[in-house]
Amino acid sequence: MLLQDQLCSSLKSVFQPGRHGGKCFSARRARWLTPVVLALWEAEVIPGVNSKKNQMCFDWGPGEMLVCETSFSKKEKSEMVPSCPFIYIIRKDVDVYSQILRKLFNESHGIFLGLQRIDEELTGKSRKSQIAVAVGLRNDCRVSQGLLYPLVSILSAMELIWNLCEILFIEVAPAGHLLLHLLDWVRLHVCEVDSLSADVLGSENPSNHDSFWNLVTILVLQGRLDEARQMLSKEADASPASAGICRIMGDLMRTMPILSPGNTQTLTELELKWQHWHEECERYLQDSTFATNPHLESLLKIMLGDEAALLEQKELLSNWYHFLVTRLLYSNPTVKPIDLHYYAQSSLDLFLGGESSPEPLDNILLAAFEFDIHQVIKECSIALSNWWFVAHLTDLLDHCKLLQSHNLYFGSNMREFLLLEYASGLFAHPSLWQLGVDYFDYCPKLGRVSLELHIERIPLNTEQKALKVLRICEQRQMTEQVRSICKILAMKAVRNNRLGSALSWSIRAKDAAFATLVSDRFLRDYCERGCFSDLDLIDNLGPAMMLSDRLTFLGKYREFHHMYGEKRFADAASLLLSLMTSRIAPRSFWMTLLTDALPLLEQKQVIFSAEQTYELMQCLEDLTSRRPVRGESDIQQLQDEDIETTKVEMLRLALARNLARAIIREGSLEGS
Amino acid sequence: MFVARSIAADHKDLIHDVSFDFHGRRMATCSSDQSVKVWDKSESGDWHCTASWKTHSGSVWRVTWAHPEFGQVLASCSFDRTAAVWEEIVGESNDKLRGQSHWVKRTTLVDSRTSVTDVKFAPKHMGLMLATCSADGIVRIYEAPDVMNLSQWSLQHEISCKLSCSCISWNPSSSRAHSPMIAVGSDDSSPNAMAKVQIFEYNENTRKYAKAETLMTVTDPVHDIAFAPNLGRSFHILAIATKDVRIFTLKPVRKELTSSGGPTKFEIHIVAQFDNHNSQVWRVSWNITGTVLASSGDDGCVRLWKANYMDNWKCTGILKGNGSPVNGSSQQGNSNPSLGSNIPSLQNSLNGSSAGS
Repeated sequence: MLLQDQLCSSLKSVFQPGRHGGKCFSARRARWLTPVVLALWEAEVIPGVNSKKNQMCFDWGPGEMLVCETSFSKKEKSEMVPSCPFIYIIRKDVDVYSQILRKLFNESHGIFLGLQRIDEELTGKSRKSQIAVAVGLRNDCRVSQGLLYPLVSILSAMELIWNLCEILFIEVAPAGHLLLHLLDWVRLHVCEVDSLSADVLGSENPSNHDSFWNLVTILVLQGRLDEARQMLSKEADASPASAGICRIMGDLMRTMPILSPGNTQTLTELELKWQHWHEECERYLQDSTFATNPHLESLLKIMLGDEAALLEQKELLSNWYHFLVTRLLYSNPTVKPIDLHYYAQSSLDLFLGGESSPEPLDNILLAAFEFDIHQVIKECSIALSNWWFVAHLTDLLDHCKLLQSHNLYFGSNMREFLLLEYASGLFAHPSLWQLGVDYFDYCPKLGRVSLELHIERIPLNTEQKALKVLRICEQRQMTEQVRSICKILAMKAVRNNRLGSALSWSIRAKDAAFATLVSDRFLRDYCERGCFSDLDLIDNLGPAMMLSDRLTFLGKYREFHHMYGEKRFADAASLLLSLMTSRIAPRSFWMTLLTDALPLLEQKQVIFSAEQTYELMQCLEDLTSRRPVRGESDIQQLQDEDIETTKVEMLRLALARNLARAIIREGSLEGS
Repeated sequence: MFVARSIAADHKDLIHDVSFDFHGRRMATCSSDQSVKVWDKSESGDWHCTASWKTHSGSVWRVTWAHPEFGQVLASCSFDRTAAVWEEIVGESNDKLRGQSHWVKRTTLVDSRTSVTDVKFAPKHMGLMLATCSADGIVRIYEAPDVMNLSQWSLQHEISCKLSCSCISWNPSSSRAHSPMIAVGSDDSSPNAMAKVQIFEYNENTRKYAKAETLMTVTDPVHDIAFAPNLGRSFHILAIATKDVRIFTLKPVRKELTSSGGPTKFEIHIVAQFDNHNSQVWRVSWNITGTVLASSGDDGCVRLWKANYMDNWKCTGILKGNGSPVNGSSQQGNSNPSLGSNIPSLQNSLNGSSAGS
């Protein structure tokens, strides 16, 4: 699985799992979530607008909205002068974070695509394990340095939720292993202990350090008993008086039975051993072995799963889910997934103790512990106010076939709904919109039509950008969008009198009518100035010439110029004639063509044959006989007609002379 | 976090309408001061007024942009009983240097004998067409057969609605299965006036617009009406601003079940109704994908409505003022006050923000 390896290594390099550069998740962090939820339903306030007095008119733009005060009572003269002469342009402020989050968006985009492709390549078998690899979608908290606090909080909260969902929904760890995963989860997210440990061990006399017992307690709370034992040995070394009981405690810690990944013992065996160990701890408590050292006694109570003793360590536990995991570790290490929700709810209640009410993050985690996927997504959508997270989470769960298995009959709709929201949000951004394209691609129902609507609104301020947008549309056979974009650009070019550009865009749009129009402009300019612009383009039209008759004519007319320039007079003459006789040349241009014939008629050698000359004459007569007769005419018109008449006279003379020469030549040639 | 950027509009009277162009890079405003202003967004994101001119001899109610395929074209309608079409002329070098653009009137549509209350360009696949409606109860549909000659507009259809008209909306669907369709709302407040929303459909055979439906349940004055972008659906979604916000679906009844040749019949269902604006609702408008509806009303707020993945409609946002007028109206250009609470939100809430329940 080459792809899998690639994905795996790229994930590892990009998302260093879990270490936040010292910044850790704490209870404090959950607090930001509250205002977010409220704000969603609270009004967004526009300063200066008096909502009490006024009504507002507005308009949507792509990603922005215009709002302006007005009064809708339609009287001709309003009595009041508008109180607020301002127009407001309102947009979601994506820019503030986009520099920081750009990387996150880009990386998750790559992983999203990887996940969709895994799905295409694999059929059922081992899909789940493959996908689990992709679950490395972790927040990269490198951004934490020098960052706004709320953003770090959001990212940390998202990572916390993500990791828990990974354990519960995707790993689907069985009893026993479940707790090991949960312990890892807590250690990952409550990581102040590392810096504290370094602090204590770095001091001259660790066991005398103010935080020594705090450190030992935290290690025990996190089930890091080996480390706790090492600490205790330092205490034993420092104070011989308590060395004995420290050793006993150390032994208890060492002998606590745990499920190790490689071990083959059954769950029943483990439970038996654990029961035995628990009773042993209980005996030490009864014997008051540790009565002389309150710290050690408190540790023993924790290891006995004593709720009161655990709750005394609220500060060190910092949050209820840590409390939950520690409580399970020392009271029910082989907890079954199905019982988790009961412990979660009671741990939350005990931890908060009625002093405060659960916050959105608490509810999200609780819903996860209840295996209520739908509730998790719902709560996240509201609380995080952030489609990035829910869109990717839901997509992953859907790929693991978890939405169906949880009877969410609307599961695929929900996945698509969230992906569409996320992608639409990206499209509001001046450059991130390109990521949005791929998300739309993987929304089977409304992805394509949403992409069509969004992409045609991308401002085409530069040619480069226009080509980028066109490429995206062309790759997806979005012919109408391609046509429309080319048409817009062609129109823009015509308006700015850039005829060459206009012509190439209308050829690309396959817009015959517009190509005709632009060709006419070219011909008109030629008539006025006597020369063509954009020769390169016209000379290299190739098959595109067939798009419209007028364009064909333009191309052919240029061919005539070439032939004339190369002194291929005979070819030039017959082409010129055929342009008129085949009716490809617009009648309005015939006089120009006939005038072009003049120098050919005046050449020393005869170029137009007698028959060709007759045809030319026919064309000229056609043209003059159909000329509209005007009633009144002003001086300018009279002058124009004068010039026209002179031209016709000259042509008739030239044609007659050529005819005479041609007849003589043809007669003598035939005779010879 | 919402960011609002305020621009001193510098109109001398009430502004009645604001309108973004297709790409959101230009906007137009119109006012009781009888003028229209055009604003352009620079590369740096600042807005500058690039044109301001007197357009009518009465209040200008509405201003709207044609699709950019037709160039830079505006239409306006006014109390002066006319609608007008304007085209931007690519500036003389002087104008360009001053950052100004020049708009010329291409046509004045003078058929109405009363105030023209709304003007809308038809969906681009129909060509360059526009519809107007007026207080005399007539919807008029005009067409410019030559898109390069905007001075030639021919009156193609006159549809009598029998009620004073306040608003119109074209059905944007370009599906061949759907005939051109236009919805008309009336704000007639006379006591015997009944249903206020009528839907007309173009009939290929008769080449006329015929009434397809009347929304019998909408009996209060209607101020605005808007079809949602179609998204390839077989049915249509119509939002109505009346004494509340209403969203209807119109499902075409299969042709073979109806008498052939006649207008399409629809199954009409109301899918949402919100009275949060407390009193009259004046404007409704869809975002570009038709996933969020915005409405504004007597409560002075713009409210955003959105359906979740189970098609339940909910309010997902409110924009409202803080009640204190701005001091010193001399403030020019852009101020950049940041709005609301510091919500570190990553998504664009203009696309709606609540996915839950």
